[in-house]
This record gives sequence, structure tokens and C-alpha cells, in this order.
Amino acid sequence: MASVVLRNGLVVHPDGAEIADVLIVDGRIAAVGRDAGVDPPSGCRVIDATGCWVGPGFVDLHTHLREPGDEAAETIASGARAAAVGGFTAVLAMPNTEPALDNVALVTYVLDQGSRAVIDVAVAGAITMSRAGERLAPLAELAALGVRLFTDDGVGVQNAAVMRRALRYARPLGVRLAQHCEDAALAADGSMNEGALSSRLGLVGRPSIAEEVMVARDLVLVRSTGAPLHFLHVSTARSLDLIVRARAEGLPVSCEVAPHHFTLDESACATYDANFKVNPPLRSSEDVEAIRRALRGGDVDAVATDHAPHAPQRKDLPFDEAPAGVLGLEHAASLTYEALGAVGSDPQRFFAVLSRNPATIAQLRRRDARPRHGAHGGAVEVGDDGNLVVFDPSERWVARREGLQSRASNSPYLGRALVGRVRCTVVNGAVVVDEGGLT
Amino acid sequence: MIESIRGRSLMSLHDLSRAALVEILDTAESFVEVHRRTVKKVPALKGRVVASLFFEESTRTRLSFETAAKRLSADVLSLAVASSSVKKGESLRDTIATIDALGIDAVVLRHRSSGAAEQVSRYVPHVRVINAGDGLHQHPTQGLLDAFTIRQVLAQRRGVNAVETGSTVFEGLRVLIVGDVMHSRVARSDIDAYVALGAQVRVAAPGTLLPMDIDAWPVEVVGDFEDAIEWADVIGLLRLQHERGAGSFVPSLSEFTAIYGLTASRARRLRPETLIMHPGPINRGVELDSTVADLPAAIIERQVSNGVPIRMAVLYLTVAASPSEVV
Ligand SMILES: [Zn+2]
Repeated sequence: MASVVLRNGLVVHPDGAEIADVLIVDGRIAAVGRDAGVDPPSGCRVIDATGCWVGPGFVDLHTHLREPGDEAAETIASGARAAAVGGFTAVLAMPNTEPALDNVALVTYVLDQGSRAVIDVAVAGAITMSRAGERLAPLAELAALGVRLFTDDGVGVQNAAVMRRALRYARPLGVRLAQHCEDAALAADGSMNEGALSSRLGLVGRPSIAEEVMVARDLVLVRSTGAPLHFLHVSTARSLDLIVRARAEGLPVSCEVAPHHFTLDESACATYDANFKVNPPLRSSEDVEAIRRALRGGDVDAVATDHAPHAPQRKDLPFDEAPAGVLGLEHAASLTYEALGAVGSDPQRFFAVLSRNPATIAQLRRRDARPRHGAHGGAVEVGDDGNLVVFDPSERWVARREGLQSRASNSPYLGRALVGRVRCTVVNGAVVVDEGGLT
Repeated sequence: MIESIRGRSLMSLHDLSRAALVEILDTAESFVEVHRRTVKKVPALKGRVVASLFFEESTRTRLSFETAAKRLSADVLSLAVASSSVKKGESLRDTIATIDALGIDAVVLRHRSSGAAEQVSRYVPHVRVINAGDGLHQHPTQGLLDAFTIRQVLAQRRGVNAVETGSTVFEGLRVLIVGDVMHSRVARSDIDAYVALGAQVRVAAPGTLLPMDIDAWPVEVVGDFEDAIEWADVIGLLRLQHERGAGSFVPSLSEFTAIYGLTASRARRLRPETLIMHPGPINRGVELDSTVADLPAAIIERQVSNGVPIRMAVLYLTVAASPSEVV
């Protein structure tokens, strides 16, 4: 296999950073150091990373790839390309496909398709059959295929008894459940955050309490079962507060936040543009500020995109009729960099929330048993699989529809000026993105 | 604040200034006179094309708009989309593109979804869009015709010319709005108009039918309809929106009527000059008793007939771009 050297970047380790070269040979990191790339093997591809951050490739815990069922919006292949351009070397495909990923055959199908994609595609399985919130999906059988995270995302498991049973069943399997926290009765048919703005716009609200009620309930269930739980796309200050206290108490909980929840607030809905419709909805500016603070302060484990493609004609509907969800993979790193303070960003924190923590939650680290995937979220040291990203923190660019790799274009960021851009993505030793574009 | 709707689309009354509102009321007053002519037509919009798109059935509002457009000599394209193939889930953009290809100057749009009119104006920025009711958001021409009707009746009572009164009849006018405020686009437009014109507005509604953010509205919430009856110069009753599930927000219709209905016995406590209004269609026996609807103080019929001059005024001001054109 060919070799690659990433030369002269700021190599970001978990507990420090150094200007160094990273040499990757036969899919693995062979050398890291000041002069590791001075005398590369013949035929070695040399990538100049001067002025850039070099760290472990990003891992997205929350990607809707839409295949099978809605290939007009996205496929595993197209979603993987969008992910690669965004600097992701692994994503977790969410199970709310049509039909849902609740059985061995379908999970195997997605894993097989994923093995032909440009990055590693792992799978999150459904907690319940058809994500209906009633009967448990075959968690043990799916765990044997390598599934480590289970969720009914799109909806939360509404019935507390079913959720309790799922947590108890999951615990000895060594897998983690993940919850989309929204009480369905409280969220009902709301289409934006409930408040003065929804009232003025005449849009039925999805209140913050719909999320907080379920976060609170699930913390009670975690306390009683001892099973770990991951909170998906936490969007309110009070939800965060509940989770932070629970963690301080020692409960095995983790949480992610989505870029749209820390860069956009509910006021974006004022023009009734369905490209700003998402569940949970864009919240108040106070909530956005609280999430940014938590992201900087370390109270958030991961940034996850909740990349949710929809075919254009479906987003052209009136706000209340359009499906919820926005694209996320291609701009997540830039938005995270911006939220962490742009030039003042802490590179350790950046790679913690985009790579190392999500890789740990997804059990995709070097130490984890991974029947089908490379190791991600590493320390950037010799022996690690060559899953790396080169991020240029100084590049200024504008998000454009034409540049999107996703099949869909329902991004809320088109036209937005961004700071920092993924320049190069290396997946299991192969350069799949260079100079910001697919190779 | 929008100081005049001339040459603009009309989505909402929320941001219209008092001057903009008075201009519309005054323009409508000049069109009332057209109605008394043998030939009930003026050439103001001759050669212009107005499309009326009703994604939600409302024969009365549609006829009112179409009559208004015809009296202004506009050509009317009427698409009864509510009953056609355009159903939930079909792209609004495609429908608009189709009629835009026919060459139109204005779209009158009624839609079950809030914000539909605003979306349409994004698709066809060169076309004036007039919101004829969108979801729970706004019904601007209803708010305008309600204000117009109040001014007309009070000016007549005082024997003065409505146009000359400007907005003075609204100064300190006590308006009580009763019923399903939360699901009512009419309430939002009415309150915007009344408050901008200088009225004092109170609302009476079951807690579950008050908007979540009512404390931030420029109104006073009264706990007891009974107490406010004698206070009011105008009582605006709202239709209970069964079709939006409002029925499940109250224990029963009979309880709603018992507490918030304008029943015959409650109506006896009204001051004789207090005006009773309802945007229709009335749920008789729910929001108000049939006998109350027939009282002389009930000006519900007038609200209906004033729909035409108000919509003429709105079409004229929004579509006829130049302020100097002669009526
Ligand atoms: Zn979700």
C-alpha cells in the first residue's frame, strides 16, 4: 500500500500539540515527529500541512444516510462523500430508514454498502422493532455484528417501561442506548420552538419542556438501571443542566450537541423557510449561548451533525408540512471551530468533541473490538490506523449549494461565511480528500 | 413599521403603522360609493390579472375578493385548489410557478399553513401577494374590515364623516375579544389593528385557549367574561376552531358556552350601544346565541358586506403601484 506524509502541521495529541510530520505507511501511522517526513519512502504522497491542525479524523455519532428507503435524498455512498469532505473518517448511520434498521439483514446490508463507501460506515441499530417503541429489537444479535449504539432516533422511546426494559437488556451486552428526547404528546405537531415568536408566526410550538421531561425521566431510569445512555442533540439550557448534574453524580451518561443548535436560534424561522425546520427545534438565543458555553467548557461530550437530507421538493412545502432536518456533515467542523472561539479555539477541545469522544462513545477506538471498521479517534501515535484530518484554521470560505456533496441541499448555512476548513481527509491510510475536494 | 401598503404585498397587520391602516380604511370608504352606482365598476386595475388561490375552502372570503377585483376591472383567475389535485404534500412552489407562467400581477392566497403567503412571495417576488388567511398566523383583510366596520358605525352614530374622523373613534375605545384567541388568525389581525389605531383591548378566554405568550401582547387578560361585559364598547367573538382541535382544549362545548358564550341572558347585561361582532361562520349556540346574533347591536352582516370595499382598497393600494392613479 502507498504511503502518505502530512508534513509540518500542528499535530494535536490528547494532551498536547507539536509541529511535526505524520508518516502513514500501509494504512497505519509509522512515524510522528519533527523529521518523520524528511526522507519519505519512494512514491510517498506528500501533503503540506503547514499552518494546519493534524488530528484524528472526525467521527459523527448522528448521520441520517437515508438508505434504504429515501435514496432521492441521500445514499450511503453520497452521504459518505459529504462526510469525507467534512473531515469525517467514520459515521454512525442512523436506523430511521424505511424500513428501520431493526434486524440482521438490514444492518448487514448497510454495513456492506458502507464497506464500499469512502469512509467507515458503522451502524446505530433501532432500540425497538420498527422504532415503534413497543417490542425490543434484537439488540444482542445486532451487537454481534458490531453494533454498539442503539436508538429509535427521529422519535424517543415514549413508554417508560419499554425504555427501562431496553436499558436493562442493553447493560450486560456492553452497548449504549441513545435517546432523541422529546415527549411526543408535548411536542405533538409543533414545528418550531414554542414561545413568543411561534405565537406571532402562528406556528404550533414544540416546547423545551418536551425535551426536558424526557431527559429528566431517562436520568431517573439510568439511575435505577445503571445502564449507560447517550443524549442525542441536546438543545436546551435546562436539559444540559440536568445532564451535567447527573454526570457529577456519577451516572453513566454522555451527550452530544448539533451545530445548528449552537449556531442558529429560533429567529431563523421567522421567514418560514423550512430549511430551518429541525427536531428538536432551533431554540432561544439563551439556549444557544448555554450550549456554546458548555461546548467550550467541556460539559458536552460530542458535536454530532444530525445530518438529515431531504429531497428539495419536500422542503419546498409550507413550514408546518415540511419534514424536519438539516444537512450537517460538510460544515460541522467549521461551525464547531467558530463556536469554540475561532482563532482562540483550543485544538484539544476541537478534536475531543469531533473525534476522540464520539469515537469512544461509538466504541471505534483502537482498544475496542471492531469486527468491521478501522480505529478512530486516536492519539495520533505510531501504530494508530491512518484515520486523520488536516484542518486549516485560517481558511475563510462561503458555504455554497454548488459545493455540496450531499444529494440534498437543505442546508441552513448556504451563503454563510465560515472560518476554518477541512483540507485533507485520510481514511485507513488513503487520501480521500485533498485541497478540500474529493480525490 | 410600514407607513403605506402601496406597491407592497400584504402578509400581516403586525407591522402596519396607524397611518397605513387609516389610508386603507379611507380608500375603502371611497369604494363604498362605487357600490351605489349603477355600473359598479372602476377602471383602476384594468388589464391587471389577479389570481385567487384558495387552498382552504372559504366561499365567502373568495367571493368577496373576486368581487372586489372585478369591481376594479381586473381579470380574475380563480383556482379552487382546495378541491383540485393540489393536496397536502404537493409542492407549493410548483403550483405558484404554474399560475405565474400565466402572467399575474397579484395572488390572493388562503392556506391552512401559517407563512404560506410569505413563502409564495419568496417564489414570485415580482407579484403582489395578499394573505387571505394563513393557518394560525394572520387574516389581515378581516382585521381591516372589522376596524372599518367599527369606524363606519361609530361615525354614523355621531353623524360625522368616517374619513374625517381618521382614527379618532378608536381613541380609548374598549374592545373585548372573547374565545379561542390561541387558534385565531382573526384575533391576531384584529388586535394588531385595534391597538395600532388606539383602542384598549382586553381578552377573555379559557387558559388553554390563550396564546402561550399572551403576557407579552398589548392586551389585558380578564379572568371573567361576565365582569368585562359592561366595560366593553365592542365585543369581538371568535369562532371556536373545532377543525384545529380546539374542542379538546376545553372540557366540553357546553362548558365553553356557559362561561365564554354570549348567551341570551348574558346579552341582557350589555349596554345597548355595545357592538357585537363575529368574523363568521358562527357556531350558533356556541360562541353566541341565535337571538343575540339578531340584535341591532350585532353588526355581523355589515362585517360581511364591508369585505368588498376593504378588499378593493387592499388590491388597489398593493397592485396599482403609482399613488397618483385616479380612483
Ligand atoms: Zn433526533
